[in-house]
Amino acid sequence: MLSTPMDSESTTLRDLPVGTSARVTAVNGNSRITRRLMEMGVIPGVSVEVIKTAPFGDPIEIRVRGYSLAMRKNEADSIEVSF
Amino acid sequence: MKHNGHKSQLTIALAGNPNAGKTTLFNSLTGLKQKVANYPGVTVERKQGTWKLESGQANLIDLPGLYSLDATSMDEQIARDVITGEQVGVPKPDAVIAVVDATNLERNLYLVTQIFEFGIPVIVALTMIDAFEKQKHEIDIAKLSALLKVPVVAVNAKTGRGRNELLKQLGDVVGKPQSVPFEMNGNVEDGQNAKIFARYKFISEVVQESVKHNDRKEHRLSEKIDRVLTHKFFGLIILVGVLLLVFQTIFSWASLPMDLLDKGFGAFGDLVRAEMPPGILTDLLVDGIIAGVGGVLVFLPQILLLFLFISILEDTGYLSRAAFLLDKLMSRVGLHGKAFLPLMSSFACAIPGIMATRTIESRRDRFATIMIAPLMSCSARLPVYTLMIAAFFAGRTVFGFLSLGAVLMLAMYSLGIIVAIAVAFVLKRTLLKAPPPPFVMELPPYRLPNVRTVLQNMFTRGWLFVKRAGTVILAISIILWALTYFPRTAVNEQSVPSTATANSEVRSVEAQADAPSPESEQLKHSFAGMLGHAIEPVIRPLGFDWKIGVALIASFAAREVLVSTLSIIYNVGKDQDAQSQSLISAIRDARSEDGTVTWTPLTAVTLMVFFVLAMQCMSTVAVVRRETNSWRWTLFMIGYMTSLAWIASFITFQGGRLLGFA
Repeated sequence: MLSTPMDSESTTLRDLPVGTSARVTAVNGNSRITRRLMEMGVIPGVSVEVIKTAPFGDPIEIRVRGYSLAMRKNEADSIEVSF
Repeated sequence: MKHNGHKSQLTIALAGNPNAGKTTLFNSLTGLKQKVANYPGVTVERKQGTWKLESGQANLIDLPGLYSLDATSMDEQIARDVITGEQVGVPKPDAVIAVVDATNLERNLYLVTQIFEFGIPVIVALTMIDAFEKQKHEIDIAKLSALLKVPVVAVNAKTGRGRNELLKQLGDVVGKPQSVPFEMNGNVEDGQNAKIFARYKFISEVVQESVKHNDRKEHRLSEKIDRVLTHKFFGLIILVGVLLLVFQTIFSWASLPMDLLDKGFGAFGDLVRAEMPPGILTDLLVDGIIAGVGGVLVFLPQILLLFLFISILEDTGYLSRAAFLLDKLMSRVGLHGKAFLPLMSSFACAIPGIMATRTIESRRDRFATIMIAPLMSCSARLPVYTLMIAAFFAGRTVFGFLSLGAVLMLAMYSLGIIVAIAVAFVLKRTLLKAPPPPFVMELPPYRLPNVRTVLQNMFTRGWLFVKRAGTVILAISIILWALTYFPRTAVNEQSVPSTATANSEVRSVEAQADAPSPESEQLKHSFAGMLGHAIEPVIRPLGFDWKIGVALIASFAAREVLVSTLSIIYNVGKDQDAQSQSLISAIRDARSEDGTVTWTPLTAVTLMVFFVLAMQCMSTVAVVRRETNSWRWTLFMIGYMTSLAWIASFITFQGGRLLGFA
């Protein structure tokens, strides 16, 4: 899976570096996972911050709507963000 | 309650996110008057209790913790059915108390907006208010209530704050229909997701107007703790340390009560035997029922302690950190990160381990974990390993310093783990194949565990264990006892008085070591003995004879039974344990009818391998049946494990012979 180059305006949550914040622009896909993410509040317009990654790089922890949420990198891939 | 003159009892459902304090509230409202079961046909837990109202009582249903009601999982489906009144056996609720965590308002309110759509009166119970206020945020409860168009009551289960208010509001809302306080319109292009967006839009507006957040410092403490606990490197080390500590503590704290229980049941059996006339009934009571059921109840301290620690770890929020750290490793094998605790627990005993799989939401992941849990060498296998090692490998070393016994033990444990990983891998690709379920998981803020919730959880689970596994075990104990007891041999009938005080007769039985003891003769001619002879052709290729066969059959009830059965077979007297010299020498000296040696070191290793892999525990079978709600899966587990055990033992024995180890 090619990662979006960092110099363009938007990227996915997967590639957002630890410690940065961004705003969600789209949640792609139609799976149980994307639905779950949206029900937990990750929808276009909301602000997210990447807190850390687990050992081995996966899963990641983000901060959204005032709470901490963990997800796998391939799940984070479906969330488009921009600064 | 003026509306309810004719109604026998109110039914109220308690809904809310996981970690929102719902169960704590449930416990404080119902006290000990609660019962836990399964909804018919599924493995979703059903929790109901009685809430004493000003006049009369209410039936309070604790729904599973949910993030959403848009039925995709079994939990969500059941919750929907309960609220709409379609769940069999549960009356339609007259009201729903929606538990909302004040420190996590937006996401918690999502579920509430869904509940509005069902038209049932809703009351919001706002929890974690003290934590909220400590962080210097402000909330205008009256405003929140006006915007949501429902009563909002701040509650604190510990102090009892809000309880009266809840009662009062309950009286006011029951019987009145609930409206949805916002418009569900959204952009057409959003399709199905329009509803989700509309709900959160409404929620954001409500929170904006009724809450004033204090510059987001609130998560600092948990984040600081997490910097250590989920550290890329130290996190895992700390996790291993915590687990070791938990198991060490369970092991040491449980061993005294377990010993006492063991001796207690033994003494009770002796007492019954002494007080009652010798005969079938006494033997049934003592050797069948007390021995069988007592053998299972001995596990109770271990189970209580394990659930105590699980509750504490879960309540504090550490369990989700552990799942976070281990998910990568576990998902490689196809397991969920939350499977690690049940599997680790199974090293002590698979029963609480299997019960602990309830935290895994996906049915297939849960079943995969249950299927492999018994492969983690449990403590009941230790007497078997110890006996075999003591008899044939004592005192020998490997590389000059490692004891051969320790190496073999490690090998047996490793074998179990490796096979478990392989089986999980295969199962997840075939029978239990499913798209990987979402890992998406909340990391709740660290909190001090609630003592009452923890203790209540511990006792509920303990009682369930006693009740369920106990009833099945009772039945099977009687059957097994009957198999070894019938048919009666003439020799035994005459000497019944002497066997009536078996324990004190051990010395005299040992003295006549050459003559077969009445017990040994009885065993030989019993149904169990016949079964041993019957299966001999099947176990011969593994290097076992019919006597070992009898012990194998008996040990399918409980693994440790192998030791006592071997003692009986070799005339050593009933209360031998794995370390006793006479049993060990008896095993070494055992000869079959044609004079060949029965046991060699290879036989011992083969037996150990068999015990690593075979499903030999009625209590586990009973619990698996209950937790999977399926005989098919239970039988499948017994089948695949025993087949693997046979195959592995075959390879071990025949391979060993080929390599010249016999």
